[in-house]
Amino acid sequence: MSSNSSPEKVQKTTGLHVGTIEPGVKKVDAIISMDHVHRQFGGLTAVDVEHLEIPRGAITALIGPNGAGKTTLFNLLTGFDKPDTGEWTFDGRNIAGVPAFKLAQMGQVRTFQLTKALGLLTVLENMKLGAKNQKGESFLRSLFPFLWKKQDDEIAEKAMRLLTKFKLDAKKDDFAASLSGGQRKLLEMARALMSDPELVMLDEPMAGVNPALTQSLLDHILDLKKEGMTVLFVEHDMHMVSHIADWVVVLAEGRVVAEGPPTEVMKNPAVIDAYLGSHQDVDLGTVTGRIPKISE
Amino acid sequence: MAENTTPVIHVDNLIAGYLPGVNILNGCSIEARQGELIGIIGPNGAGKSTLLKAIFGQVNIRGGHISLNGDDITGLKANKLVERGVGMVPQNNNVFPSLTIEENLQMGIFQEPQHYNERLEFVMSLFDELKKRLKQRAGSLSGGERQMVAMGRALMMNPKVLLLDEPSAGLSPVRQDEAFIRVSEINKAGVTTIMVEQNARRCLQICDRAYVLDQGTDAYTGTGRELLNDPKVISLYLGTLGT
Amino acid sequence: MDWGSILSNTAQSLLSPATMAFALAALGLAVHFGFAGLLNFGIAGFMAVGAYGYAISILTFGLPWWGAALVGLGASVVFAIIMGVPTLRLRGDYLAIVTIAAAEILRLLFLTTAFEEVTGSADGLFGYHASFRASNPFPEGTYGFGPWTYNEVEFWVLVIGLVLVALAALFVWRLMHSPWGRVIKGIREDEDAVRALGKNVFAYKMQALIIGGVIAAVGGIVYALPSAVNPNVYVTSLTFFVWTALLLGGAATVFGPLLGAVLFWVLQSFLSNLLPALVSSGLLPMVSSQQAATLRFVLVGLGLVLLVIFRPQGILGDKRELTFVK
Repeated sequence: MSSNSSPEKVQKTTGLHVGTIEPGVKKVDAIISMDHVHRQFGGLTAVDVEHLEIPRGAITALIGPNGAGKTTLFNLLTGFDKPDTGEWTFDGRNIAGVPAFKLAQMGQVRTFQLTKALGLLTVLENMKLGAKNQKGESFLRSLFPFLWKKQDDEIAEKAMRLLTKFKLDAKKDDFAASLSGGQRKLLEMARALMSDPELVMLDEPMAGVNPALTQSLLDHILDLKKEGMTVLFVEHDMHMVSHIADWVVVLAEGRVVAEGPPTEVMKNPAVIDAYLGSHQDVDLGTVTGRIPKISE
Repeated sequence: MAENTTPVIHVDNLIAGYLPGVNILNGCSIEARQGELIGIIGPNGAGKSTLLKAIFGQVNIRGGHISLNGDDITGLKANKLVERGVGMVPQNNNVFPSLTIEENLQMGIFQEPQHYNERLEFVMSLFDELKKRLKQRAGSLSGGERQMVAMGRALMMNPKVLLLDEPSAGLSPVRQDEAFIRVSEINKAGVTTIMVEQNARRCLQICDRAYVLDQGTDAYTGTGRELLNDPKVISLYLGTLGT
Repeated sequence: MDWGSILSNTAQSLLSPATMAFALAALGLAVHFGFAGLLNFGIAGFMAVGAYGYAISILTFGLPWWGAALVGLGASVVFAIIMGVPTLRLRGDYLAIVTIAAAEILRLLFLTTAFEEVTGSADGLFGYHASFRASNPFPEGTYGFGPWTYNEVEFWVLVIGLVLVALAALFVWRLMHSPWGRVIKGIREDEDAVRALGKNVFAYKMQALIIGGVIAAVGGIVYALPSAVNPNVYVTSLTFFVWTALLLGGAATVFGPLLGAVLFWVLQSFLSNLLPALVSSGLLPMVSSQQAATLRFVLVGLGLVLLVIFRPQGILGDKRELTFVK
């Protein structure tokens, strides 16, 4: 029938937790550890996390209904928002309240739900912008090309290697605005990798991507794990989550209501009620009674 | 199935775009007959939302025609289209956040206030959950709830055709399923509906016929079931993950 | 109508201190708005700081002209920092409002009689040229040809002005083609994206505000060099003229502001010669000769409106590169 093979089974990382699986369970090796994080907007509690640890070197998915606090939690962790109370560490260092740009320099990068590929810069310029410790970015040194040209060329080489991997090399001199939505997602991911981060945080990486491109995007995320990075991503697509995530954290009304390997979490009745729905693997044509009508 | 020979919506070879010189739709033709639930799927940038916006008079049309029950409506402004019975539910900014749910629904029928009560009854029959919350401010609703109110508002004017722009966008799996079931119910109540969707699988599971848009034209068409099982459509647009 | 003198006067304005000052102010504004996306509606204030800093240093503190110029530039740095610290973390519109206010506050400070001894209040400052003229390397005589004839003092001013414009242009060009410039262009489009890539956005915006401010202050000094410093020059209209020149030439380019400034000033000069001549020869029946002079400002305002509507990228600008062009 179809010549397309089903996606290969992904090697999952197991044994990430210490003790019984429940919300707030300790991890063997946590890259991020949060305590008593609370964020309120007026009367609405957006985030209320007692304790949460993100395992190093694994792919963790953050799921939950809309308004559950996923993006707020992301913004808090990446310095784009300040909590009302709470502390967390990254690699053992206290980072609550550290501004976003410093966290990026420390090895924590993020992408955004609404892609922020800088459309008015070329693809290559976007990539170069992602590199760290650029001598030419200091105002005084920028005036004397001989001080930064060599480094800039090295950065360009690294950019081209990444662009080739993401199949964007042919577009290097095009303005990023001329790329399709899916290509811009790839560019944002490639750009985030320019700084050799330890932790990559992706906010809905599949949103707006053509389902046929999903497989290649997933492969890129799996590559991140192969190269030793930790990945934390927010997603709604449960097929994607169960396919690549080693660990799943379920957020609802700002609290962690469940966490564990995807197979466990997706069987959790509370999660099914609040989030997955009971029709996960059912054809809606049956549910709505349309199928008999159409096969007439 | 007895068919009305004139389609409710007929889009003929439409060419349209936002920026001068750049066409998003390059000769797109679709058709919605009385009582049908039509799905429009396809990759990003294919022109799905643009098609809907063009039907609703919000995009520059540079070629082709659109007709509503045989009457040419190409290029008519949105307010005229509403008068003629075209109801649109946009993806974002689809409710008036400072107004209550009831007031939002009233906005949908302000041109024919005499029919308010009977239309409200009809909409409430479809959206049971809203009945007890009519006095709630729309701005305090979640994304999925706003979708409901926006659909309700569009239905208040008894539209000849309902246009839905990605009703499941940004919703969690359980809310997405609810949205699709709701759209199916609306259509079963007799409303001809055209639905643009990112979640191609779910969309094809409930629609009567669908079109796959690619690069601004209608690349494939068939019944929802036909397309769901078509290997080419699967490999190009549906992906193999969910199977 | 004496076309000869109309055209000759217009040609002369091509290379006048006012034109060069304008070019520098437009270049400074290009750094602020064209490249960094900062909405500065108080560029006249930076020019005033430069001019007053220069004149006051000579008259009140007895500094030589080049020392006074450095003081003027230093003052513009301080002005930029004062303006930037509270506003650069806010949305762009707030910066716009604050800059209008800051420039006006400054002008009123220069105007008030409370500081009359130092600022000259409504009369302004004059008579500070001795040290500048003393350093003139060109011997007495006439230089140039046709409408571009100058005496040695005018020539000295012209040479200094042109050198400064060239240096400033080279400086901005170098900056914007460097990694620093890349970060600035990114910030112009989306601060959060750049922040997420590890760049200290606040610091970059402040640097851009200072750099553009200093260049505009140089413009203020060049304007004051041959003439006088008067508070009535540094009014909000001047800011909008500089904006017109910038948008005309192309906001996000290096040559755009220079071209725009020259075109603007030449056109202005042409109209200020043409319109009164038309009135006196009876070709403009409904306008009096005083009104003729003001009419050109009406036309400039109209021009700015049409420019923003129909060609916001200006002559040299690239539409694809600009955030404010849809």
